[in-house]
Amino acid sequence: MRFGVVVFPGSNCEMDCFHVIDKVLMEEVEYVWHQQTDVSGYDCLVLPGGFSYGDYLRCGAIARFSPVMEAVADYAREGGLVIGICNGFQILLEAGLLPGAMLRNVSLSFICRHVDVRVENADTPWTNAGRQGRVLRIPIAHGEGNYTAGAATLAALGEQGRIILRYCDRDGEPTTASNPNGSVDNIAGICNEGFNIFGLMPHPERASEDILGSMDGLLIWDSVMAHYRAKG
Amino acid sequence: MAELYEELGLTEDEYRDIVRILGREPSKVELGMYSLMWSEHCSYKSSKTLLSQLPTRASYVLQGPGENAGIIDVGGGLAVAFKMESHNHPSAVEPYQGAATGIGGIVRDIFTMGARPIACLDPLRFGSLDSPRTRYLFSGVISGIAGYGNCLGIPTVGGDIYFDECYDGNILVNVMAIGIMSKEHLIRGQATGVGNAVVLMGNRTGRDGIGGASILASQEFDETSQEKRPSVQVGDPFTEKLLIEACLELLEKGLLVGLQDLGAAGISCACSETAARGGVGMKIELKHVPLREEMDPFEIMISESQERMLAIVEPKKLEEVLATCERWGLPAVVIGEVTEGDMLEIDWYGEKVVEVPASSLASGPVYDRPAERPAYLDEVQSFDPASLEHPADLGRVLLDLVSGPNLCDKRLVYEQYDHMVQLNTVVYPGSDAAVLRIKGTSRALAVSVDGNSRYVYLDPYVGTQIAVAEAARNVVAAGGVPMALTNCLNFGNPEKPEIFWQFKEAVRGLAEAARHLELPVVSGNVSFYNESFGAAIYPTPVVGMVGLIGTLSTRRTIAFPAEGLLVVMLGDSLDELGGSEYLKLVHGMVAGRPPTMDLGREKGVQTTCIEGIRRGMIQSAHDCSEGGVAVALLECCCAGGLGARIEVETGLDPVSWLFSESQSRFVVTMREDDLGAMRTLAEARSVRRMNSTPCWHSGG
Repeated sequence: MRFGVVVFPGSNCEMDCFHVIDKVLMEEVEYVWHQQTDVSGYDCLVLPGGFSYGDYLRCGAIARFSPVMEAVADYAREGGLVIGICNGFQILLEAGLLPGAMLRNVSLSFICRHVDVRVENADTPWTNAGRQGRVLRIPIAHGEGNYTAGAATLAALGEQGRIILRYCDRDGEPTTASNPNGSVDNIAGICNEGFNIFGLMPHPERASEDILGSMDGLLIWDSVMAHYRAKG
Repeated sequence: MAELYEELGLTEDEYRDIVRILGREPSKVELGMYSLMWSEHCSYKSSKTLLSQLPTRASYVLQGPGENAGIIDVGGGLAVAFKMESHNHPSAVEPYQGAATGIGGIVRDIFTMGARPIACLDPLRFGSLDSPRTRYLFSGVISGIAGYGNCLGIPTVGGDIYFDECYDGNILVNVMAIGIMSKEHLIRGQATGVGNAVVLMGNRTGRDGIGGASILASQEFDETSQEKRPSVQVGDPFTEKLLIEACLELLEKGLLVGLQDLGAAGISCACSETAARGGVGMKIELKHVPLREEMDPFEIMISESQERMLAIVEPKKLEEVLATCERWGLPAVVIGEVTEGDMLEIDWYGEKVVEVPASSLASGPVYDRPAERPAYLDEVQSFDPASLEHPADLGRVLLDLVSGPNLCDKRLVYEQYDHMVQLNTVVYPGSDAAVLRIKGTSRALAVSVDGNSRYVYLDPYVGTQIAVAEAARNVVAAGGVPMALTNCLNFGNPEKPEIFWQFKEAVRGLAEAARHLELPVVSGNVSFYNESFGAAIYPTPVVGMVGLIGTLSTRRTIAFPAEGLLVVMLGDSLDELGGSEYLKLVHGMVAGRPPTMDLGREKGVQTTCIEGIRRGMIQSAHDCSEGGVAVALLECCCAGGLGARIEVETGLDPVSWLFSESQSRFVVTMREDDLGAMRTLAEARSVRRMNSTPCWHSGG
């Protein structure tokens, strides 16, 4: 399977994603420069975390105008697999490839720590290796991860099973106390209608090696690889 | 000119020296350059002589002091660059930008040497938390570090924070950065090769930070300090991130001859230092410098606008260098060339505005300042803690200690820092040392900062030795072998004999401890004039230690790892309450003598601990420091979620045993079976079992 990791000026998790795909998953991986306009050779595109263009405006608001984003949109429209992690999720929101928007964390501070998230729908390209209700321990690291959306959007997300991850406590309960940033309905990750685009605030690449304290992030990588292989 | 040199912070003698060097009166631009380059901040004129006694060599030291950062060989073709610096005065005036640009500056020092920055640590000192101003500065500094460091994608993995009234008027914001590199990518801040191009990369030059080194960093604070806000630079982490990537790419492709960051004293410093180090001259045309606003040559030369680098490039590689910068969206222009001789010549639209020997800027005056033992020492040292009446409820004291601002859990702070990015952090903040794996090897780095200024205030010589010993002990507790250190020496006004005496004693202690523990000092920084309204801070030397863990599996944390283990004290507990957190918190005193430091004993205990870990006997280790055994044990329990019943027979009264801050001690855990072997290993050194029953699960 061939992954492309998109590099915007100011991305800073692209090397981490590259490392995990290359050294842990042992899959093919290349960087995709933000000025590239052809992304056709990849089986999955990763929009990594970081501070694209410094996030000096809204997070992701400038990156979405990068030449590569038009290619990403075309790629996704044809069913291509796209995962946006943290800043990558923010860029997908700004680009309109996923619905909703991000506010600053309710604490108004950047937060970096391990959190628990519950798999809400295990029947997706991104979560099929697990079961519904499974609790994953994965780090977050963001200042603007407070997801919000209009009532109609939220209803649609819920009805169509597009809420993929929710912040929860250790027992899997999505409580207020376990919500690190104030996200509506404890939402940590969502998909588009076709389920081929996935945006999430937690960093699965930071939880993919035993030595880093958690391997729960592998569920997401394993799922997308299984999905790709099943598809043939 | 007479009024101007004074205004710029030069003395009359220094002005005369300049006239003598040039054989004429300096131009305004030249005078501005000398004032910055000869400022205390840039020239180390008061400290240079004393610092020469520090040991700087070891077989694995690739670069000692004098460059942008020190570098050590860590095996496998890899090297580690690191340095610590202060950004105290800017942070006291504008906390967010001061702290942010402090990160920017030290990170540039690291990648300037060819290393990829992999971690930052931030030693911070604030005044009393009761003051609203302190709370404003505290939150501003933390946000600044987070705002800049997180954006760069460099994890902030450690640091320490202390609050004390002595910092009410003058906070300390130090920062240490660490980078890793292939040995062959090592590059120095040198200009060589006559005819090579001098390229200025990065941000446009503006009026921010004009005269920061001389006006802010080399003077005390007074009622005009707020007016110095325009001297604080404004940080742009996005451009810094692009600079990191562009410079590392240029170095990897072998396109640069020399590289130098622009920090204090801006273009003046970068040009004169690179030319002086390379033994060449340089000719610059200032009209090529990209400007943000209309500026005159004086302002351009001394501006401290951030996120700029100076590169020396062979003409045939110029095109590729400029193209690489453009790909990263970074302005880069040729502003001059390397010339024969040693003259730094600077033109402004063809008109000569500067013509001075580069070396005369880079090697400023040297002072041997008078030193005199301060009078307060006799009084504080003569205090005997035995004369105190202790509270009856020692459990309450322990809870007060660990809920006080100095010893409480610092999660609130470090969770605002991205401490995980780059996937190297395998022991997170909150333990004795942070541990960073070196990808592609089985090795790791253990890094820690330390500096208890109360000890140094009570005895600068002993206190500074303790800072070195404790930083090393932190690394040992994590399973590392201490390799080398950097430091930031924060003191008051060196022109005052009492302050200079403190400094002299501290440097003597630093040198002695480093020599005895065989730790070369590979880089460092001196920050003087940390005073406000004539009152100096406690002398605050901060030590940053880098150690190597040979095999990742031998890394340790402070957490009690499992039920059923023995809790063991390695080292001797003495009756030493002087300078302790207990004395300060319960009795409101900073008095007595600091704990004794026997460097021989220290070395022995550290060696025993390293060996005990290496042989798999020691399962967890925690340095016993502020708050004494009581706090150390509590931290081990909390980190591990385990309890322990401690029963010890000592000749000490309970308060002294619990809260004395005796040095050269570790709280470790081991299996009962290993106790005998551990005692043999420790030879005559004390190995004291502390629990009658093994530690147990505390039930959440």
